[in-house]
Amino acid sequence: MPIGHYLVLSGLLFAIGTAGVFLRKNLITLLLSIEIMLNAVNLAFVAFGRQLGTNDGQIITFFVMTVAAAEAAVGLALVIALFRHRESLNPEAFTSLKW
Amino acid sequence: MLALIPLLPFAGFLVNAFFGKRLPKSVSGGLATLVMVASFAIAAMQVLALMGMAPENRQINQTLFTWITAGDFTLDLALRLDALSAVMILVITGIGSLIHLYSTSYMHEETDSEFARYFSYLNLFCFFMLMLVLGANVLVMFVGWEGVGLCSYLLIGYYYEKKSASDAAKKAFIVNRVGDFAFILGALLMVVTFNSLDFVTVALAVKEMPVEVTFGTLSLITLLLFIGATGKSAQIPLYTWLPDAMEGPTPVSALIHAATMVTAGVYMIGRNALLFEHAPITMQIVAIVGAATALFAGTIGLVQNDIKRVLAYSTVSQLGYMFLAMGMGAFGAGIFHLYTHAFFKACLFLGSGAVIHALHGEQDIRKMGGLKKHIPITYWTFLIASVAIAGVPLLSGFFSKDEILFETFLHGHQFLWGIGVLTSLLTATYMFRLVHLTFHGEERFNTAAAPGAHAAHGAAGTHGQIPDGEESAAAAAHHAQHTVHSAHPVHDGHGHGKPHDAPWPMATALIVLAIGSIAAGWINIPHALGGHANLTAWLEPAFNATNCGQPVTTGALAGIAIEDCLPGEGGEAADHTSLELTLMAVSSLVAFAGIGLATFLWLKNKQIPERMAQQYSGIHTLLMNKYYVDEVYDATIVQPIKVVSTEGLWRGFDVKIVDGAVNGAGYLVSGVSIVLRLLQNGSVKTYAASMFAGVVAVLAYYLWR
Repeated sequence: MPIGHYLVLSGLLFAIGTAGVFLRKNLITLLLSIEIMLNAVNLAFVAFGRQLGTNDGQIITFFVMTVAAAEAAVGLALVIALFRHRESLNPEAFTSLKW
Repeated sequence: MLALIPLLPFAGFLVNAFFGKRLPKSVSGGLATLVMVASFAIAAMQVLALMGMAPENRQINQTLFTWITAGDFTLDLALRLDALSAVMILVITGIGSLIHLYSTSYMHEETDSEFARYFSYLNLFCFFMLMLVLGANVLVMFVGWEGVGLCSYLLIGYYYEKKSASDAAKKAFIVNRVGDFAFILGALLMVVTFNSLDFVTVALAVKEMPVEVTFGTLSLITLLLFIGATGKSAQIPLYTWLPDAMEGPTPVSALIHAATMVTAGVYMIGRNALLFEHAPITMQIVAIVGAATALFAGTIGLVQNDIKRVLAYSTVSQLGYMFLAMGMGAFGAGIFHLYTHAFFKACLFLGSGAVIHALHGEQDIRKMGGLKKHIPITYWTFLIASVAIAGVPLLSGFFSKDEILFETFLHGHQFLWGIGVLTSLLTATYMFRLVHLTFHGEERFNTAAAPGAHAAHGAAGTHGQIPDGEESAAAAAHHAQHTVHSAHPVHDGHGHGKPHDAPWPMATALIVLAIGSIAAGWINIPHALGGHANLTAWLEPAFNATNCGQPVTTGALAGIAIEDCLPGEGGEAADHTSLELTLMAVSSLVAFAGIGLATFLWLKNKQIPERMAQQYSGIHTLLMNKYYVDEVYDATIVQPIKVVSTEGLWRGFDVKIVDGAVNGAGYLVSGVSIVLRLLQNGSVKTYAASMFAGVVAVLAYYLWR
């Protein structure tokens, strides 16, 4: 299977994730969209690793997954704290941290 | 042993400064006087030891420690007693002791702590003055030089609650700074030129150098040092602080502003005699400035009405004489006059203090007169000192002044000699004007306010401004509340509060100084009168770096003749005996003429001076206002500095440029921020979008570059 297919799929997933981040109005969905973007990148890494015949792509994917797990933990904790504060999950409700 | 001479007064200072508040007056004053007497005793012993040595190696050195080491330059904190400093330490500790004794009585109405403060300053002054004269190098001298300036400041401003006193203190300090700055520059130039500040080392180095005919390094060094001396010794152009310094207590005027500190400049030139001899241009300047100051101050002294101010101008004038002698290369004569002047001027100041004391703070001689029968001791001592300063034969002032005039004439400066003689006439005139107006004639003083005002005399004792009638009437009225005597305070005759003569400590000091005024000159009776000029011979090695054998080349500058050896030696004086005798006769006549003139004008025909004052009101006003020198300085120096400082440096540079830069930086940041902070709108999505755009931009750059 040529590498192009993997990369196209990775690009599509990344675009879907990006679109989710910009278009959805729910913080949890935003976090999910970020996960999709991360995994799109993971797919690209693994594909390149296979293409080049090394394990580097797989190794870095584990790193990304670890970081993603930590990010999800912290992110969800923040979301809960924000929800308690404002009774809302809309990111537009949290704009008081500005000039 | 040598170090004890200055350290004893210093110990007195420490005790009075730290424990003075708790000590009764008898202890603090007694201690201060005692340390001075002890210091005098040690000084006398050291001088006796010095006299036992051979003339060419008369020196006692004491190095306390190495002060500065930098590369090949080292400097010790060293003291040196030689013929010249011997004269000075005897004057300082001797007259200083008398003035301390006098002060214990004069200041007795101060509170305990103020009394101790006064004596601690006075002791500190003596310490610094002794360091000044005993210092073996310029830097030790400079420490003393600055220290006496500080003490002068503290003591002029002793009555610091009085505005005029604190102003006068500041003026003295600031004017002295101008001179001291030049002095530092001169000392630095000495380091650069000789790589040493030790007086003997420098003198020996200078000895090998040719006399500087054109203006060069030596001339510059000496000129800078002399500018320092004009500040400390109140010469034109920096003399203006000394008359104002009379705001201090009168014994202070006697000690600091007549006998010791103001002569530091003369001493400094004597100390660097060889250096100055090698710079004939500076010597000429010194002589001209000295003569000009002598005449200038003498004319002002003629019309002043404040007893202390007359004496202050007289001091400036006599210091001018000393500088004239120094400028002639007659160092011995200058120091001799310094020494005799210390006696009679201290006596005059202390006498004026006794008069002020007797009249409870009155300083205006127009409100005195007829005091002779009330305060006889003061009168006679004051008279003796006046006769001495006037130059009447066989008293101390006659010998020293004559020697200066003789040397001036001998060096071919007939014009400066003429100025000297004229000044001598003025001296005799204004001194006897003072004597007549104060002690003779009708009584013009007002005793009414006396009993109550007595308590206030300490504070009022140094009125620089002449208190007018209203003020004394107000004071009298004020004291009427406390005193049964003053039922009707003004103009009620002489029934009570008669002027009282000096109490014993003051009288002792006056009498000893009066004897000194008579006899001090006898140690240096010139050869022409059958004497041996002992003092001149004694001082000679000190001016020549202990060796007179090696001739100093004659100064080639027109009109300046520098003698091979210092004047007053047997052979030379003998050649001029007839000239010297003639000149003596002239100046004796001048002295008597001055006294006679003063008697004629201010005792016998009092209407004449008044009529003259009206007729020549222009000159009279000019003299009364001291040639407007203070006003000229104010207009040309003080005001421009003020304007430049407030308008230029403060409102211009500081406010606009310094503050402007600081505030401008703030305004710039906040101005830019007003725009930039709009980017931070709190919306997470906007941040994400900008991050995304940034990543895309970076990627695009790398892909398509």
